[in-house]
Amino acid sequence: MKTNQIIFPLALALAAMLATTGCKHAPVGLTRLPGQEAAPVGGDGSGPTIGGGGTMGGDNGSTGINTTQGGGNTAALNSFDNMVDDPAALAANTIHFAFDSAAIRDSESANISAVASALSANAGDKLRIEGNCDERGTEEYNRALGERRALAAREALAKAGVSPDRIRTISYGKDKPVDPGHDESAWKANRRDDFILLHPKTGV
Amino acid sequence: MIAATPLLAQENGNLHMNERIPVPGMTPPIPVSMSGFTGEGAEVLKFDLTVQGFSFVTPDAAQYLINGSDAGGISGNLTDKFARRVLLSRSYNGASLRRQAHAFADDIVLAVTGKKGIGQTKIAFKSQPSGYGAGEIYVADFDGHNAQRITSDNAIVAKPAWVPGRLALYYTSYALDNPDIFYHSLTSGQRRKIAAYSGLNTSAAASPDGAKIAMVLSKSGSANIWVCNADGTNLKQITTGVEDSSPVWSPDGEWICFETKHNERRRLAKVPAGGGAVQYISTTGAANPTEPDWSPDGKWIAFTSQMGDFNICVVPADGSAPPTILVEGQNPSWAPNSRTLVFNRSLGYRQVLSVLDVFTKQDKDCARTTGSSSQPAWAK
Repeated sequence: MKTNQIIFPLALALAAMLATTGCKHAPVGLTRLPGQEAAPVGGDGSGPTIGGGGTMGGDNGSTGINTTQGGGNTAALNSFDNMVDDPAALAANTIHFAFDSAAIRDSESANISAVASALSANAGDKLRIEGNCDERGTEEYNRALGERRALAAREALAKAGVSPDRIRTISYGKDKPVDPGHDESAWKANRRDDFILLHPKTGV
Repeated sequence: MIAATPLLAQENGNLHMNERIPVPGMTPPIPVSMSGFTGEGAEVLKFDLTVQGFSFVTPDAAQYLINGSDAGGISGNLTDKFARRVLLSRSYNGASLRRQAHAFADDIVLAVTGKKGIGQTKIAFKSQPSGYGAGEIYVADFDGHNAQRITSDNAIVAKPAWVPGRLALYYTSYALDNPDIFYHSLTSGQRRKIAAYSGLNTSAAASPDGAKIAMVLSKSGSANIWVCNADGTNLKQITTGVEDSSPVWSPDGEWICFETKHNERRRLAKVPAGGGAVQYISTTGAANPTEPDWSPDGKWIAFTSQMGDFNICVVPADGSAPPTILVEGQNPSWAPNSRTLVFNRSLGYRQVLSVLDVFTKQDKDCARTTGSSSQPAWAK
């Protein structure tokens, strides 16, 4: 009888690497999220393999990612640091959408005007528009749809005289339902833009 | 036990019959009969072979016989009943019994089909305790076993995607109060922001050579497909549609397939990875396509169709045949073998992972992780 012993030299190498690197020496430029504890795979002794285990080497610092140039561009968001959420201020002005639509209905014009007025009343205030969807779409499709809903409101506010630079958009897709139900009334309530007024932090 | 006589695929005339014209959902499975295995060993072999096009039948109806034992480790042999030949006779030790059984399943697949099995591959996915909102990224064996949590942010996460050939993921996380794209090395546990522009940063997909990333950004004022280098530099907008989502690469790296809207209808389309004219992909009969994934052999595009329910569909990438609607589900991701998909399907109001053999339409649910699991990505 032929014996085909399964040995995982790469897994052993990986385990050794984990033991030696740990989290003590974070490479320069890596962004560690607040509260993030590294949860590396492979500490269970059996070791993970991809595609039979022949391809898991070479991921220790040779990813091709230049840590000094990566990181995206947060400049546009930094101007929204040091602001405080005031979710109550415009809670009554949430706007709603038709199924699978990002078009702002004429019936929402009073809400758009109210949001524009609030922003014009205090030049230091800013706005976060949170776009949301009902559950009847695929996840990433809805994430894009929620963003389109938020951007549509930003455009409407721009037409009403608000500088788009004062407005930040975020899509929650179907991840932040106001009504977690699974019926028409829940779906209707969840297809929405919430407007969060942002005040400057005092003393900053 | 008879000495091992492993056969190469081309030596077995019956094999090509199975390979000639694989029709999604319509291809007869390869009938096998199994004896001697119990418990976990039998379970693993049945799972692995079912989702790679084998069916378990009585010895009389089988073309291949699998005999063996899982006492003190997996040992077994594979006999071609028609050719009256033993194709495989092996015993396994080391690692876990599950791993040994996966390895035996891989050897059976190789002996019968000439193709590399998927028994020892990995998937990544997201799991949400509430079915929506905050969740974490996990990595598991392709059958859902040995799941390990990768993130610990208690934040909304989305769309894990493997870097080909590496133990590394891209994914979207709201941990910094914005949907941003992160690169996460599973060997070091370190991660870094790749895209954190104003607005939406999501749906990262690594190019086949790992050198580039396609993704959805809304920094231009609408959600469109962008491409950058793996380090986030050399950012370029590729599409300008009114709605674009879910980019994936063709295996030759030449094209990016994505969902878009054309004449008020959701369509699948492809665009040259460096930018250029958009070409629409016909999915007539499978409305509202989203979430495409291009098979590693280049032949198929799997996608989700929304017609009331969500359905997993496949269409030839060259448009030579209409799409086939397979099973209820979302988020299909191809295995390295270009015939098996992992996807999520509804179980009540939660999502569970399931694995589907496209050609025989046989599927099995993965072992479950707490909560609602979705957006699986198969490591390639």
